Amino acid sequence: MDLQTLWFVLIGVLWSGYFLLEGFDFGVGMLLPFLPKDERERRMMFETIGPVWDGNEVWLVMAGGATFAAFPAWYGTMFSGFYIALLLVLFFLIVRVLSFEWREKSESARWRATWKWANAVGSFGASLIWGVALSNLLYGVPINSSGDFSGTFWDLFSVYTVLGGVTLVLLFAFHGATFLTLRTTGDLCERAASAARRLSVVAALVVAGFLSWTVAVAVDRNDKSVFPPILPAVLGIAAVAAATFFALRRRSGLAFTMTAAAAVLWVATVFTSLYPRVMVSSTGFGNSLTIDNASSAHYTLAVMSVVAAIFVPLILLYQGWTYRVFRARVGGEEQVPEPTGGATTA
Amino acid sequence: MSSYAPARSIALMAPLASTAVDLARAQFATTSIYHFLFVPLTLGLGPIVATFQTMWHRSGDERWLRLTRFFGTLFLINFAIGVATGLVQEFEFGMNWSVYSKFVGNVFGAPLAVEGLAAFALESTFLGLWIFGWNRLSPRLHLATLWIAVLGTWMSAYFILVANSWMQHPVGYKIVNGEAQLTSVWALLSNGFALRAYLHTILAGLIFGSIVVLGVCCWHFLRGHEADLFRSAAKVALAVAVPATLLQLVVGNRFGAAVTSAQSMKIAASEAQWNTCQPCGFSLFQIGGFTASDPTPSFSITIPRLLSYMATGSFDGQVQGLNQLQAQEQRKYGRGNYMPNVRVIYWSMRVMAFAGVLMFLVAAAGAWLYRKRKLERARWFQWTAIVAIALPYIAATAGWVLTEMGRQPWIVQGLLKTSQANSPNVSTTWIGISLGVFITLYVVLGVVDFVLMRRYANPERPAPREELAEAVASY
Repeated sequence: MDLQTLWFVLIGVLWSGYFLLEGFDFGVGMLLPFLPKDERERRMMFETIGPVWDGNEVWLVMAGGATFAAFPAWYGTMFSGFYIALLLVLFFLIVRVLSFEWREKSESARWRATWKWANAVGSFGASLIWGVALSNLLYGVPINSSGDFSGTFWDLFSVYTVLGGVTLVLLFAFHGATFLTLRTTGDLCERAASAARRLSVVAALVVAGFLSWTVAVAVDRNDKSVFPPILPAVLGIAAVAAATFFALRRRSGLAFTMTAAAAVLWVATVFTSLYPRVMVSSTGFGNSLTIDNASSAHYTLAVMSVVAAIFVPLILLYQGWTYRVFRARVGGEEQVPEPTGGATTA
Repeated sequence: MSSYAPARSIALMAPLASTAVDLARAQFATTSIYHFLFVPLTLGLGPIVATFQTMWHRSGDERWLRLTRFFGTLFLINFAIGVATGLVQEFEFGMNWSVYSKFVGNVFGAPLAVEGLAAFALESTFLGLWIFGWNRLSPRLHLATLWIAVLGTWMSAYFILVANSWMQHPVGYKIVNGEAQLTSVWALLSNGFALRAYLHTILAGLIFGSIVVLGVCCWHFLRGHEADLFRSAAKVALAVAVPATLLQLVVGNRFGAAVTSAQSMKIAASEAQWNTCQPCGFSLFQIGGFTASDPTPSFSITIPRLLSYMATGSFDGQVQGLNQLQAQEQRKYGRGNYMPNVRVIYWSMRVMAFAGVLMFLVAAAGAWLYRKRKLERARWFQWTAIVAIALPYIAATAGWVLTEMGRQPWIVQGLLKTSQANSPNVSTTWIGISLGVFITLYVVLGVVDFVLMRRYANPERPAPREELAEAVASY
C-alpha cells in the first residue's frame, strides 16, 4: 500500500474513532432535554460522558491535523470551501464545551436549563453538519481548475447530503441511548432503553437508505463500481439492523456494540466510495482532488507514518484503560472519597 | 470571475481583497491572542497544582489537599477554554488561509498533527482521569495522571512552537512546484529559534502560574482568611516566581539575539532604529521617531551600548537599520515595503520587557517579605500582588504582537507574503461575520470565565473540612 493510501485510510480511521466515541456523547447530549425527569438524573447523564468527552473530541483534532499534514490541498480546499458549515461546527462545539464546564457551577434552575439546552443544540447541530459536510466530499461540490471551492454555502445542501446529516443525528441519538443503557441504573436506564427501542427502527431505516444511496452516488458521481463500496454499506446496514434487533430484545451490550459498528461503517462506506478521490468536483470531474494531487510529499508522509505507528496504538491503549476505569454504572448518588483512598487500581 | 472584463473585475477586487486579508488577520490576531490568555496559565498552574498534590501525597497534610482542590478548580476552568479556543486555531488555518495551508502543509502541518497525536490526546485523556478519578484510582496513580497531563501540556507547547518558529525562521525544507516540502524533520524539531521560543514560553507559563497563585494568596491575606493555608501556597508560588522571572530576563534577552540573526527587520523595528549603528544605545522611552519621514525622536531616554549587547552579545556590535534592511530586501525580493509597523513593534517590545521587569520586582519583594514573615501583614504588597495578576497577561499579549506583527509583511519569513496567503474563495462578508461570531462568543466566554475564576478564587473558599467530600463529587 502506498503512503497516500495509508494516510487516506488513517484519516478514515480517525473519523471513525471520532464518530464512534463522540457519537455517543453527542447522542447523550441530544437526549438531555427528553430523558431525565429531575436534576439528579440530568446529573447522571452528564456524569456518564463527563470523564470522556474531552478525550473523544481529541479524535477530531487528530483528524484535522492529519489532514493538514498529509493532504494540505484537501485541508485547504475543504476548510475554506465549507467555511460557514465549519464556523457553525465550531460554534456548536464551543457551546458544548461550556455546558460541560459551567453547568455545575451554579444551583440556579435557569442556569442549568440554559446549559442543558446548549449541550443538546450543540450536539444536534454538530452531528447534522458533520453528516452534511462529509457526504458532500463524495456528492461533489464546485471546485475550479486551481483546486479551490467555487460554490456557495447553499451548494452544500441537496437531498442526499441533508439525509447524510439526518442519518448521523439519528444514528448518534440511537448510539447515545444504547450507551446510557450500559452506564446508568434504575428508572433512567429503563427510559434510555425505551428511547433506544423507539429510535432503533427509524434509525435503521434511514441509515439503510443513506448507505444504499451512497453506493449509488459513488457509481454515478465518482466513477466507482458497485464493489467495494457495497461491502461496508451492507455491513453497516447489517450492523444497524442487528442493533435494532438487540435493542428490542434488551440486549444492551450487543446493541451498543452494533451502533458503534454502524458509526464506523458509516465512515467506511463514505471513504470507500470516495477513494482514490478526497473531494469530488461537481464542475468538471477532472478538477476533483485525489489522494495524489492533494497529498504531501513522500518524506512528510513517511515521517508522519512513524509518528502515527507509535502514538495511535498508545492512544488506543490509554483511552481503552480510561473506559475501563470508568466502566462502573453511574448511580447518581453523592460520591464520597473512601477513607483508604482508591477503590480501583489498574 | 467574469471572462468579458477581467481587468475591470480585478481592479474592483483589489481593494476588497486587501480588506479580506485585513479581516482575516484581525480574526487570527483576536482568536490567537485570546487562546494564549488561557494556554500559559494552564502551562504554569498545572505543575503548581501537581506540586500541591505531591506534597499532600508525601506528607498527608490536609492543607495540601485543600490547596490542590482549590487551585485545581481554577486550573480546570482555564483548561476548558484553552481547549475550546484551540480547536478554532486548528480550523482557522484552512478556513481563512487556504493558500498558506497548501503552501506550508508539508512542513507546518506535521508538527500540528504530531501535537494532536502525541500531546493533546495525552493531556485531554489524563486530565479527564484526574478530574473524575479521585475515588476510582489509587492516590499514587491519581497523582500520576495529573503529572502526565502536565507533561502533555508542555509537549503541546513544544510542537506548536516548532510550527510557529518555522514561520519566523524556516529550516529543513525545499521549495518544489510552489510549495514548501520538508527535507529534514530533525532540522525542523531542533530549530534553534523554536528551542529558544519554547524556553521563553515555558518560563512565561511558570510566571503566569506563580503570579496568579501569589495574587490569589494575597487576596486571602488581605481578607485575613486562612492565612496559614495560603502561606504554604504563596511559598510554592514564590519559589517558582523568583527564579522564573529572573531567568526570563536572561532568556528573553538571548531570544532577542536569535531573532536578530533570523529577522533583522523585526529587531530594527522594535528599536525604531532607522539607520545602521555601531555601537547602539537602547532606547527606554521615546517620543516620535516612528516613521521614515520623522526618524529622529523629539525626546528619548537611551542607555548607551546596551542595544549592541542585547542584539549581538558584544557592547560594540553593529545593528542594521530599517532603511538599510529595506534596501537589502528590495534587492532580494523586489519592490515593496518590507518594514513592519514600527510604532507598534517598538511599544509592544517595551511593554513586554517592562512588564517582565515589574514581575521580577514583585516576586523579589514577595520573597523578601516572606523571609521576614511580613507577607501576611504587608497590605501595600498584597494590593500590588493582586494588581500584578494583570502583568503576565499584558506581557504575553505584547510578546505575541511583537512576534507576529514584527514578521510582516511575511506570513512565512522570506517565502510567502501575508497578502497572498488568504483563502481566495472566502468573501469579506463572511470573514467579517465569523469575526463577529468569535468576538461575541469570546466576550461571553471571557465574562463567564472571569466571574467563575473570581468566585472560585474568592476568600469564602476553599470549603471548610466537612464540605470537602462534597467538593470532590462536584468536580
